[in-house]
Amino acid sequence: MEQEMTSEPMSGAEIVMKALVDQGVDVVFGYPGGAVLPIYDALFKQNALRHILVRQEGGAVHAAEGYARSTGKVGVVLVTSGPGATNAVTGLTDALMDSVPVVCLTGQVPTHLIGNDAFQECDTTGITRPCTKHNYLVKDTEKLAKTLHEAFYVARSGRPGPVVVDIPKDIQFAECPYVGPGNVKHKTYRPQIKGDRRKIEQAVEMIAKARRPVIYGGGGIINSGPKASKLFTQFVKMTGAPTTLTLMGLGALPASDERFLGMVGMHGTYEANLAMHDCDLMVCIAARFDDRVTGRLDAFAPGAKKIHIDIDPTSINKNVAVDLGIVGDVANVLEEMIGIWKAEKKSVDKKAVAAWWKKIDGWRKRDSLKFKTDKKLIKPQQAIKRLYELTLDREVFITTEVGQHQMWAAQHFRFEKPNHWMTSGGLGTMGYGLPAAIGVQLGHPGALVVDIAGEASIMMNIQEIATAVQYRLPVKLFIINNEYMGMVRQWQELLHGGRYSESYSAALPDFVKLAESFGAVGLRATRPDELDDVIRTMIETDNMVIADIAVDPKENCFPMIPSGAAHNEILLGPEDEAEKPVSEDGMVLV
Amino acid sequence: MRDIERHTIAVLVDNEPGVLARVIGLFSGRGYNIESLTVSAVSKDEALSRITIVTTGTPMIIEQIKAQLDRLVPIHSVHDLTISGAHIEREVALVKVVANGAERRESLRIADIFGATVADTTIESFIFSLTGKPEKLDAFIELMRALGKTEIARSGIVGIARGAKAL
Repeated sequence: MEQEMTSEPMSGAEIVMKALVDQGVDVVFGYPGGAVLPIYDALFKQNALRHILVRQEGGAVHAAEGYARSTGKVGVVLVTSGPGATNAVTGLTDALMDSVPVVCLTGQVPTHLIGNDAFQECDTTGITRPCTKHNYLVKDTEKLAKTLHEAFYVARSGRPGPVVVDIPKDIQFAECPYVGPGNVKHKTYRPQIKGDRRKIEQAVEMIAKARRPVIYGGGGIINSGPKASKLFTQFVKMTGAPTTLTLMGLGALPASDERFLGMVGMHGTYEANLAMHDCDLMVCIAARFDDRVTGRLDAFAPGAKKIHIDIDPTSINKNVAVDLGIVGDVANVLEEMIGIWKAEKKSVDKKAVAAWWKKIDGWRKRDSLKFKTDKKLIKPQQAIKRLYELTLDREVFITTEVGQHQMWAAQHFRFEKPNHWMTSGGLGTMGYGLPAAIGVQLGHPGALVVDIAGEASIMMNIQEIATAVQYRLPVKLFIINNEYMGMVRQWQELLHGGRYSESYSAALPDFVKLAESFGAVGLRATRPDELDDVIRTMIETDNMVIADIAVDPKENCFPMIPSGAAHNEILLGPEDEAEKPVSEDGMVLV
Repeated sequence: MRDIERHTIAVLVDNEPGVLARVIGLFSGRGYNIESLTVSAVSKDEALSRITIVTTGTPMIIEQIKAQLDRLVPIHSVHDLTISGAHIEREVALVKVVANGAERRESLRIADIFGATVADTTIESFIFSLTGKPEKLDAFIELMRALGKTEIARSGIVGIARGAKAL
């Protein structure tokens, strides 16, 4: 990397501050400790950076992820050595799986003690090597500034991801001149941004010839930036092709667009999954053929040619062999595709595509997300649907935990814009939603930020309520409380004879009192007629709120493609479950 | 499994701590095979190292391995010697044979046939040094095993493409 030189000598800790400011950072999520004290002292002496004290380092990384996903900027974490670093590991893995740009600074014992099992020492770079995009151990203060700038470049460019910079304490004290970011030109890391023109032309040809096309968009569209979502929407409109999105891709195409079939995959809609199964051309745009999307691989879209556009060459031909792979940034590739489509006045086979839509409209009529309401019990889907309907006039950001509530949120909350939906997709980390909501709120101070949670997941990072209250962040916790680890229970019903081994929520706190004890506001709804009032009070309260929504404990999440099944073996409801038992091959899958 | 291929891949990397761990971690973490792996600094300033990996897998897996290697930040370039045309592969073996009498004399005769050199000797042992293709080393070692107690050290494979083009 080329650097611009400045000469004033400063301490390593001051270099960290200056480098963060020069990288455009305004908020850092962290927790102090012995090995980062010099950095915390430098933090104390400046005003450019805001530090948010989390209550456990895992929360810091998820908060940085929420901040990054909702703003498009790099999220920054500062933690100490040893347990500080190991607590960050789950968040780092989460960020790696979901391609979230995060720079995590970890303190380390002084260089002369490394390897001696010193107090709060761990092999941070060794532990985080497989769960980061890249990591560094800085052994020389002269290299600190350069390494930090490089870390930001690696985290945000190409397929984004988490980067760890491990900084021993003596490096934080030592003095040397600072170097600025300059022109970033990495000597080895140069991701391919522009797609191969010939392949893009070929893709246009294939799309124009398709009779039953499906566009399958993923989280990479969101990661590429708002321009990619605009181009994606334009591309969908231009071709008129039925379009589905992955869990991570929700918002890349407005949910209100008539071409949107809903989410694809294990808990995706009937029409999206059947369209994927029966299409003759699948255009995969910045998604990665995850097992939650494909179902049984040998029965995945058996009659389809496949085009795959992705910035990461390893995603192409990893799980599913494709006919045409295009490596490049999705915005770049889409722009070219749209350009060629217009210049050559291309059109899809209108008659064939109209017939295809007719078939899809038949599937749509099944209304696979429908649910029955009840006079006495609140249905979880109903709670989320009402939350959506009652917040339509506001700018809303939704985060989730992991489980049934997450899938219901994905199904029933409809996203019109990118970067408004933050969920742990790849790793499936329970405890993600609350700290992520804190990060989102810091990036969007005036907006309504709601963590749609489950009562089991929320217990995993419940301590972060204190963080929200301390910084007066009016984050809303909307707990879909069914007193079960619902998704675990649903699988136990499907696969293990309904033996609910350890999947119930015993000894739950009184969430209303819990909220009050932290200085937040607690609300509860137990009957359907209380639901709207609680939601209205929640969104109108200018404080952190925990809304405990007691829902029907028995409700399961449908549609569902059981593991080891194909898209066209989708279960629409509990009555289907009995008819189609899960195969032995499917049992061993996760 | 069908279509298992054996590929020799040369990887140019920054000579910095942790690079080898990244490469090895990639193979173990994703369940790829390593038949042989060698590494040494190769540039004049020692800034670059060359890792030669021999691996096996289906064509789809081999493509994955190369893409995964290429994605690692400190990696400069990845070259599949097996598909890029004719290339040379060499390996060094040091073979200690403990034997007396006729077996001892036979080991020396076979070493001569293979072009192995004697690197060390005692009254009851030889250490032979042999350089060549891995299959040649295999054949030599198999013969030596029949003649007495053996101890084997092998370097692992290094490879380079034929012709005037240099990386």
